[in-house]
Amino acid sequence: MGKQVLLIEDEPNIIEAISFILSRDGWSVATHANGETAMDAVHRHAPDALVLDVMLPGRSGYDILQDLRANPATADIPVLMLTARGQKKDREVADRLGATRFMTKPFSNAEVLTVLREITGGG
Amino acid sequence: MPESRLTGSRIRERRLALGQRQADLARAVGVSPAYLNLIEHNRRRIGGKLLLDLALELDTDAALLSEGAGQALVTGLRDAADRSSDATPEVERVEDFAGRFPGWAELVVAQARRIEDLERVVETLSDRLTHDPHLAASLHEVISTVTAIRSTAAILAETDDIDPDWQNRFLRNMREESQRLSSSAEGLVTYLEAGSDRREMQVSAADDVAALVEEAGYHFAPLESPAVGEGEIAMMLERAGTLRDRGARDLARRMLVRYLADARAMPLHAFRTSLTNTGHDPARVADGFAVGLDAVLRRMASLPAEDAVPPRGLVVCDGSGTVTLRKPLEGFPLPRFGAACPLWPLYQALARPAQPIEQVVEMPGTDPRLFLCRAVSVPRSASSFDAPPVHEATMVIEPVDETDRPVVPVGASCRICPRETCAARREPSILGMRV
Repeated sequence: MGKQVLLIEDEPNIIEAISFILSRDGWSVATHANGETAMDAVHRHAPDALVLDVMLPGRSGYDILQDLRANPATADIPVLMLTARGQKKDREVADRLGATRFMTKPFSNAEVLTVLREITGGG
Repeated sequence: MPESRLTGSRIRERRLALGQRQADLARAVGVSPAYLNLIEHNRRRIGGKLLLDLALELDTDAALLSEGAGQALVTGLRDAADRSSDATPEVERVEDFAGRFPGWAELVVAQARRIEDLERVVETLSDRLTHDPHLAASLHEVISTVTAIRSTAAILAETDDIDPDWQNRFLRNMREESQRLSSSAEGLVTYLEAGSDRREMQVSAADDVAALVEEAGYHFAPLESPAVGEGEIAMMLERAGTLRDRGARDLARRMLVRYLADARAMPLHAFRTSLTNTGHDPARVADGFAVGLDAVLRRMASLPAEDAVPPRGLVVCDGSGTVTLRKPLEGFPLPRFGAACPLWPLYQALARPAQPIEQVVEMPGTDPRLFLCRAVSVPRSASSFDAPPVHEATMVIEPVDETDRPVVPVGASCRICPRETCAARREPSILGMRV
């Protein structure tokens, strides 16, 4: 059984595409589309890695990241942040709040796979 | 002719610009260095032959020394010099420049103003790109759809053994996303095209209305006859050449609707009679017509200047101090951008709602001028219970020759005000080097 990744993203077709490539790469994929209840989903799934979109309905990805890092149970989960804006400011915020990696949309599928492998120490 | 206070300063500036020593100049015109020193610090009046001799020695015009170049021109040039960070104009010779080359000097001032205007436009536009929520949302939508399309297309292209069900599903997703992309791209284009109008409005709607008010001298003859209504306003807006878009027309309509209401409540002839009968007391005029004091002040400013009526200026501002209506008056500069002098009775009125304030003020300058200001701040009608009150202050300004009342020294705005030690100063004056 492969490692588990939780994808928190609200665009259904992006969810579908990423789920597909991750599954084929051997990941077990769980998805969640709502910012407000994202923390519950993290606790429920206890994933090995998290792909987290910044713009989510209900609650921003930055807020969720902050909560994750503040809680000992989730503080060490590797997080790949996805954002539609690639400005320096966003990158700074993500770094400051403790994102493991940061990627701007649109991204290439291969890049997502490579980064996820890197941050979970797999190969 | 009254001697200018600043003739001495100009003599000193000119001498220093030529690199002459005070003692040498004094000897050349036959006075003691101490006396010349007093003149240069404006402690002695100077005129007649001595002035002519000094002008000759300083290789300039006596009139230029005693009257200076146009004060507005010099102020404009100093302002332009202050804004420039690269060039190092000879600020100490500004009077000389303005006096010798008035045409070129005017060009410099006009260009500096134009640059200031354009800088505001740039500021507004960049602000818009950063903060416009509609633009940000549209771009986000475009990027989301592109992301989905790119990722899905890559799967279809790169997965050799894809299950037909998945393939169909991804093809459907692609079609869905590309439809979404084309409609959001279309929306974005429409929005940006329409934006060219909004851009102008944001920068200049208030300016357009100010130009309309200034052109008419805040007296709109078509609205003075008894039978007119809002149809006339629509026609006036149609004809007005200074209003370039709908935003400006809306602002102008609001201003004219209020003008019409004032004119109906206080018909021209009755208003003139009432002013005369009350000895020009706005409070009693307001009582007589059963209108607010602010309406009377506006109405006073709308009267064209005649024998018995002095020219009057008008300023109206909201609670933030932003000027919303202005009728300029010669000698009482109303800054186009940024805040005015906080000592104006207009702002004093804002701090004391409903308390009418009558005050004589002095505008600084080579030839300081006195103005009688009457101001009042009133709440505009509330839209609902518990809503914060929205105050509006109105001030009418008229020139006076002399007064036996206490005079409050004020200015136009700090940047161009020579009153160094003013308690209300909020930024240094560009005239600082002069005193």
